Amino acid sequence: MKEPFAVKDCALIALATGEQAQDLRELRDRLQTTRISCIYYHFWGGLLRPRFDDPEYQNDFSIWVSHSLHDKVLAERLALINPTDFEDLEGVRGKLIDVIENRLDEPGIVPWANPSQRFYFVRSQIVVFDTGTRILDPEDLGTIMPHLSAGSIFYHFIDARRRTPLGNDDFHEWLTGFGERFSPLIRSISAIDPYFTTLTDLRTELSAVLKKHLQGRNA
Amino acid sequence: MSENLLKLYAEVTGNEVIDQLRQLSEHLRGMKIVHINSTKSGGGVAEILHRLIPLKQELGLDASWEVMTGSPSFFQCTKVMHNALQGNRVEMTGDLLREYEKINGENAQRLHDRLEEADIVVVHDPQPAALISHVPSRRGKWIWRCHIDASQPFRAVWKYLKGIVSHYDASIWSLSEFAQPLPHLQYLIAPSIDPLSRKNRALSVSELSAVREKWGLDPGRPIITQVSRFDQFKDPLGVLQAYRLVKEFLPIQLILAGGGASDDPEGEEVLDQVRKSAGDDPDIHILLLPSDDHLTINALQRISDIVVQKSTREGFGLTVTEAMWKSKPVIGGDTGGIRLQVINHHTGFLVNTPEGAALRIRYLLKNRKKLREMGEKAHQFVLENFLITRHLREYLTLMLAIMDASKDRIEVQ
Repeated sequence: MKEPFAVKDCALIALATGEQAQDLRELRDRLQTTRISCIYYHFWGGLLRPRFDDPEYQNDFSIWVSHSLHDKVLAERLALINPTDFEDLEGVRGKLIDVIENRLDEPGIVPWANPSQRFYFVRSQIVVFDTGTRILDPEDLGTIMPHLSAGSIFYHFIDARRRTPLGNDDFHEWLTGFGERFSPLIRSISAIDPYFTTLTDLRTELSAVLKKHLQGRNA
Repeated sequence: MSENLLKLYAEVTGNEVIDQLRQLSEHLRGMKIVHINSTKSGGGVAEILHRLIPLKQELGLDASWEVMTGSPSFFQCTKVMHNALQGNRVEMTGDLLREYEKINGENAQRLHDRLEEADIVVVHDPQPAALISHVPSRRGKWIWRCHIDASQPFRAVWKYLKGIVSHYDASIWSLSEFAQPLPHLQYLIAPSIDPLSRKNRALSVSELSAVREKWGLDPGRPIITQVSRFDQFKDPLGVLQAYRLVKEFLPIQLILAGGGASDDPEGEEVLDQVRKSAGDDPDIHILLLPSDDHLTINALQRISDIVVQKSTREGFGLTVTEAMWKSKPVIGGDTGGIRLQVINHHTGFLVNTPEGAALRIRYLLKNRKKLREMGEKAHQFVLENFLITRHLREYLTLMLAIMDASKDRIEVQ
């Protein structure tokens, strides 16, 4: 019998690294050497920390470039980097540096931020804990999904991509164990873009997909 | 143990938030946690501890709160330190430093057993920081919690303090901008407010009317309020200037309400300057309130049309959070933690001058719909991010994380 799905939850705690940048060259230089967990935090951490909806820019680098360097062109290019398009975060780091270096190659003045608006590199520790909830039957996943915490959605749908061998989310991995039965559902779950959204919206999307597929099966 | 307090919070935040706290704390049950600060009342630190400790206890942690006892010259010294961390170039005499170390030694002796056997000791701000030097056989993790904006400290004083706080296992800062290089983990945790406290709970119409009447406030004219200690960094003189600029156009009333704190001997001097500047204008209400008069502060914030926090330096600015919780747009100084809360054009406005504050006050009083919309957004923002339940979750997360400090990912079983 397939192992039950163990619902876990997580909480992030942010840490200052002491690294900072005041202009674009400094940002590029720090990106080359900073810990990979900083890239993780500045791309994904926003989902689990105080942040006002900022639909214009999704990662911290693009927000800073827009608000503090006032370089809207570069901010748009950085905002379009979707971490799920890359095999791992080193790939994201490489892309960030490429985009910034291309901008630095363009003629013009390298912008710099007011000293009070430097970019501060932050990393995080993630604490994962068991909620005690177990799902035995995929049919029950649809019932439980709307009640999962934001931390559980983050852990199983976003953080999972760093943990699983093929970079899939946990729901995808678990459902695959049931053979072909849930292939259409798995494809629909995989089609959800986790990046340009919030955890609450992600939960709603996942719930809707599960409802659609599982109701169809019961009909 | 009763779980009434957690149930009350669940009514505000939803069960999901409280369930997460219970699950996190399962792994910390019975741990001895000691918090130490320098005052039982007055200031944001004491207010947070008043509720954080019972909540931790209800979650099964053996949490306690100790307060430093000290002499007037000790508190004079720590006030100087506080100002120096905020960037003031101030003289620290050898006598003051000797008193600082002596008082810390005496308190360490008084609290010795408790500190030695604690699993985690959280020391708040510079006042008790030197306790660590007097507990060499400590067995737990010691964490220094800095609530101050120390982004540009006066170096001579910071150098002295750094020599002490470097011995801690970790420190906590409200914002990454505030953190100074130290040879240990530097966690980032924003402070919070308590929605159930006397300062933040809902008030009846009659309670609000009573406060209007008591202080002679006209319910028919707009009220602008700044609540904060009478401290130069809060720029009360700048608020008075902004008020006068608006008053040329609109019949507003201004409230400058401040509570004293037992560790702040400098407040009287600033208060005198404010009184002189206000002169005999009957629409300027300077209220020096007892530090425990939370209901009055609550009411003053609620009867205000706009709340101002025109600080030039600010740790986090809990008065901003309180006002936003009461659905008030905030016009705040573009500094420190105010930036984390006042999202320009969404929950209020960030300003750099009295002129800027005056401009935004006039704009909001003219555009009442916008004022209400901003107030509603402000309330929602605080609900999701700055209540004590989020603060507690981060403390619990830190306690689990620091046990395995070298790892980015900690799986608790």
